Amino acid sequence: MTTAGLIVMLCSVGTVVSLFGWCVWKVLGTPDEAGKIHSLEFETPDAKRPE
Amino acid sequence: MAVAGSAVGLGNFLRFPGLAAQYGGGAFMLAYAISFLIIGLPIGWAEWAMGRHAGGRGYNSCPGAFAAIVRRPWAKYAGIIGVIVPVVIYMYYVVIESWCIGYAVNFWSGGLRLENSGQTVARFAEFTGAAADGSAMSFDSGKVLPWLLGVFILNFWLIYRGISGGIEKMCKIAMPMLILLALILLARVLTLGAPDAARPNDSVGNGLGYLWNPTKVMVVHTAPDAKDKPREVVGAAAIEAAKTEVAASGGALALREAGVLDQLRNPRLWLAAAGQIFFSLSVGFGVIIVYASYMKKSDDVVLSGLTASSANEFCEVGLGGLITVPAAVAFLGVAGVAGQAGVGLGFKVLPLVFAKMPAGDFFGGAFFFMLFLAAITSSISMLQPGIAFVEEALGVGRKVSVTLLGLLTCFGAGFVIYFTGDLKALDTLDFWVGTFLIFMLATIQIIVFGWVWGIDRGFDELHQGAAIQVPWIFRPVIKWICPAFLLGIFALWFMQEILGMDLSSGAAGGVSYYVTDLFGEKASLPAQLSVGLVIVIAVFFSLMTSRARAFQRAEQGLDKDDV
Repeated sequence: MTTAGLIVMLCSVGTVVSLFGWCVWKVLGTPDEAGKIHSLEFETPDAKRPE
Repeated sequence: MAVAGSAVGLGNFLRFPGLAAQYGGGAFMLAYAISFLIIGLPIGWAEWAMGRHAGGRGYNSCPGAFAAIVRRPWAKYAGIIGVIVPVVIYMYYVVIESWCIGYAVNFWSGGLRLENSGQTVARFAEFTGAAADGSAMSFDSGKVLPWLLGVFILNFWLIYRGISGGIEKMCKIAMPMLILLALILLARVLTLGAPDAARPNDSVGNGLGYLWNPTKVMVVHTAPDAKDKPREVVGAAAIEAAKTEVAASGGALALREAGVLDQLRNPRLWLAAAGQIFFSLSVGFGVIIVYASYMKKSDDVVLSGLTASSANEFCEVGLGGLITVPAAVAFLGVAGVAGQAGVGLGFKVLPLVFAKMPAGDFFGGAFFFMLFLAAITSSISMLQPGIAFVEEALGVGRKVSVTLLGLLTCFGAGFVIYFTGDLKALDTLDFWVGTFLIFMLATIQIIVFGWVWGIDRGFDELHQGAAIQVPWIFRPVIKWICPAFLLGIFALWFMQEILGMDLSSGAAGGVSYYVTDLFGEKASLPAQLSVGLVIVIAVFFSLMTSRARAFQRAEQGLDKDDV
């Protein structure tokens, strides 16, 4: 790997690790935030509606 | 942890390394990073906002959301792309999912103790049926068909019985374990060195160089014919050997450097980088818009989107890319990687890494099993846009919707598993739906958000309940840069790949094989049938949409449940 390649790798990996770390810190450090964060969750309201 | 877990999927560990290898790393990584910042994040946020807004008015499907926001008849038809994409991707994603569980069980039973790349490539072809169409149609556990049947039934059983929440809870434990296993695997890969002492240039160091070096060094033919392709060389020793080869060739060969800008002139590279961002972030899929529609106004869509995206990038760039591509170069060599690129790369390479680990069978099985669990969360989420669409379009309940979708996707997955020769059906669907249609939908979404709905209204919706503000720079990015970027790449790609123009010289160049597979002398029947399948599904969904009362109400500005 060239020096330029090493720099690109460290910058890229460092950026994604830092960004993810910051998001975790923000979610855990903000009161009540964990309950307001959602993702692609399976149990959607239509699954609970009677047929 | 749940958000991070749901962000992890096959795109991180299998599709991304395959694409990075196919496009030679380097500039691809730069295009990928730019795509993440100016299209991945903004379009993701746009989807979260539009989805939640439409959900507040009772519309959960992509056509319903588009109709409610745009209020024009064309919008609901444009929204159909947001149903076609996840439904068709499900048809081949479930096949790759079954590769994972098949490999996991074969590892645990000792059936994947392979010693060299020739064996792993042959084993992969045998398992997937890549040798010929119809060759996977056997109920042998060394082939994919029985695993596919099991996985397909499991997916729909979980959804039909409404117990997929159990899987979700299990994944909260399994996904961190997958990340831990990936870290162990990464440590092993980075300490592999050059596994074959007779080929010292095939090393992990050169694999990292292949992925990250911005400038490429290639041996090219000075008077190439059709079969002569540039050959990349990586590492000081390999470059010295290439110089000797060039000097001895009597002028037939030359050494050429391709800088970042040279590589970035290839629109296909940009399309692939953008397509991967969309695929792995589930942006432009029609999935986020549906799930966001179930969120409350007090929920935080800004941080939800950012956390899911950053977790995904951590797994993709920090783990998936660093594991598979360097290991592939170490075992297959640079030339071998270029020839084996694609979603199958990890299946051909990782068994060789596990063979060099203590308790390799256990770790190999555990890794592919965790990957299977990651895939099952993704495949179940891919079905929800179709379920929501059928419920809304036909006014039926969830079980009827799941049954209808089950029949459709069963036919589609059966089609993919029959036409396995060279994995042509899978590859064709992955390009025309998993890249091209996603690109189209993402472009439509960002134009709708920035120009039809309006940036101010969109940002107001986005910031409700949010702990952080979206930086102001994303306003001009969403309004101007993102659409221009997408349309620009599309225009360049169209000129090069469809019209066959060589953009660097202006002369006639080669048309993409994805096009020649469909028309002319080199046409491939599985490729033509694959595109035909997508068209039939599009017509079917269009007919359902045209008659749907819910979408007509949305167009009229009425909430779904207004009396």
